[in-house]
Amino acid sequence: MLQRDYTTSQLDVLEAEAIHIMREVAAEFERPCLLFSGGKDSIVMLRIAEKAFWPAAMPFPLMHVDTGHNFDEVIEFRDRRSQELGARLIVASVQDSIDQGRVVEDTGRRASRNRLQTTTLLDAIEEHEFDAVFGGARRDEEKARAKERVFSFRDDFGQWDPKNQRPELWNLYNSRIRKGEHIRVFPLSNWTELDVWDYIRREGIEIPSIYFAHTRKVFERDGMLLPDAEVVQRGDDEPLFEAVVRYRTVGDMTCTGAVQSTAATVEEIIEEIAATRITERGATRADDRASEAAMEDRKREGYF
Amino acid sequence: MDILRFATAGSVDDGKSTLIGRLLFDSKAIFEDQLEAVERTSRDRGTEYTDLSLLTDGLRAEREQGITIDVAYRYFATPRRKFIIADTPGHIQYTRNMVTGASTADLAIILIDARKGVLEQSRRHAFLTSLLRVPHLVLAVNKMDLVDYSQERFEEIREEFTAFASKLNVGDLTFIPISALNGDNVVSRSENMPWYNGSSLLHHLENVHIASDRNLVDVRFPVQYVIRPQKANDHAFHDYRGYAGQVAGGVLKPGDEVVHLPSGLTTRIASIDTFDGPVEEAFPPMSVTLRFEDDLDISRGDMIARPNNRPHVAQDLEAMVCWMADGAKLAPRTKLTIKHTTRTARALVRDLHYRLDVNTLHRDEEATSLGLNEIGRVSLRVTQPLFVDDYARNRLTGGFILVDEATNGTVAAGMILEAR
Repeated sequence: MLQRDYTTSQLDVLEAEAIHIMREVAAEFERPCLLFSGGKDSIVMLRIAEKAFWPAAMPFPLMHVDTGHNFDEVIEFRDRRSQELGARLIVASVQDSIDQGRVVEDTGRRASRNRLQTTTLLDAIEEHEFDAVFGGARRDEEKARAKERVFSFRDDFGQWDPKNQRPELWNLYNSRIRKGEHIRVFPLSNWTELDVWDYIRREGIEIPSIYFAHTRKVFERDGMLLPDAEVVQRGDDEPLFEAVVRYRTVGDMTCTGAVQSTAATVEEIIEEIAATRITERGATRADDRASEAAMEDRKREGYF
Repeated sequence: MDILRFATAGSVDDGKSTLIGRLLFDSKAIFEDQLEAVERTSRDRGTEYTDLSLLTDGLRAEREQGITIDVAYRYFATPRRKFIIADTPGHIQYTRNMVTGASTADLAIILIDARKGVLEQSRRHAFLTSLLRVPHLVLAVNKMDLVDYSQERFEEIREEFTAFASKLNVGDLTFIPISALNGDNVVSRSENMPWYNGSSLLHHLENVHIASDRNLVDVRFPVQYVIRPQKANDHAFHDYRGYAGQVAGGVLKPGDEVVHLPSGLTTRIASIDTFDGPVEEAFPPMSVTLRFEDDLDISRGDMIARPNNRPHVAQDLEAMVCWMADGAKLAPRTKLTIKHTTRTARALVRDLHYRLDVNTLHRDEEATSLGLNEIGRVSLRVTQPLFVDDYARNRLTGGFILVDEATNGTVAAGMILEAR
């Protein structure tokens, strides 16, 4: 008889699953890459990749789709972290896509480069001939994501077809594709926002400073606090004020809102999230507010 | 805190979405902005109550047609456990979703409308649960408020279902009378049913013992990836050669004698490595890296087991398969790609023995093919040996998928019955 229970904590189970997924991709694809934005989910994904291949280096490059509207602190973190790991970082620039006439930038107060990223991302995937692209998306984030596979098939145009997804059973993933198609892989599919933070705490992982409470000049729009920055167009009827805030998600300055918070440590952030009654995307992302199916529509086109 | 993965089966009419909505809401996994969005949509549509199914039916087509299309994964946690719900639609055309959701589930909840009793659909869900060897089954008899919380009605349903379940392989069967709408016996025990002495549904989910559901007896380690650091300047790891994978069965320890398949050569485990340092033992579902005392030729798709406890090394398989393709059918002579643990090979369907009617369990031996959502018993011939166990003994070394070589779609799930 077994003397003990062999129970495994939820973080160990999630980590083991994510490592399995990463190794499966490394074994079955020719040219994978990992999308690294400097946000907390992709930071956790990077740690999983470190663990999955240790003591070898991770066998794929990192890629960031840079809108040019990112927070300086996050870009600095992105560069430093990639360097520490000795990983190759590919930066795909939305500004380049605009300069080349691949996309046309929105104008006006609510202009955002969020949607333009899709073209830049798909162009980069094609240019580098990536056949598997790791993303840090989680199923608890959003309704459309709740139905997406871990190995999510994309056709020649990078499109996702939610009604025609490959069934996914046990821990067996179907990696077969034709040239020009690719698979988006989401190792953190089963993680929740709280799991991500618990893991950051457990592992002692460094994260960009804007996740912690700091004083910042902000203004209010649609109940969100947007930062005072050159790329954010602010009207005269939107006065600036100073507030103690932090970011729950990290995206473009133009569409990522800060939340009022005094949480200055990971422990305090976890306490805050455990008590919060609003989802992270609901609290902070203007890009999801366009319609009930905003995320599904963008994903169909090839968004992250 | 551990994780319980459970699947829910039943149609919207059975109150499945209401039940899930209530579990999420009462455990505070539904947030204000989500609830507001649902309330707004319910109002816009003229629905008088807050339609909690809108929380789970996220795709545009689902909202338009009022149906659930695909498996949706939902998450909530209590201080005792983290829960992953695979919410699967109940209609007949979506058997494949139920099979998908059940493949990783520790427990399945089947909802029955207390007024309607055990329907054909309930029997189908119970059969699929047992086919996929979900270790724990809960029959939630819902809408008890509409039958005056009648104990007689509950007992009737229990007896009818128990009689049917005796024909299946159901390990642990629990009946709970609930009203998802009113919250009776969902989170806490209901005062409306004093005759019921069991647990509330949530209490059951929090306490059901799942640690021993894994196979901790038969050592199975499918080699997934060979780790060989290429950095020439890193002398510490110059000769490092580790075999990475996720433990599929048993408990491995350094010093253990193991056998490598297909070679049949034995060696000992030198160490079990992880990024966080070597560990003293590895068991499911840990992802680790093994190093061995002897230099063997080991690659992805190979298997590590114990010399006196090996999986079957088989090229001929007997299996139950669930066919999941829209267009093509499965018939004798069909050639497919098979993926089993970390090994991929080609497979030929040699014979279709029968098609199973999932409602009556009748075996149609005259059947010549399997169409979408049909289940049958087949013989397969595989181009290279696989290292398999009976699915009943180990879901990870007994399950496989079949992939169409023309479309690259995953077209079948298979459960090994016996290997030769």
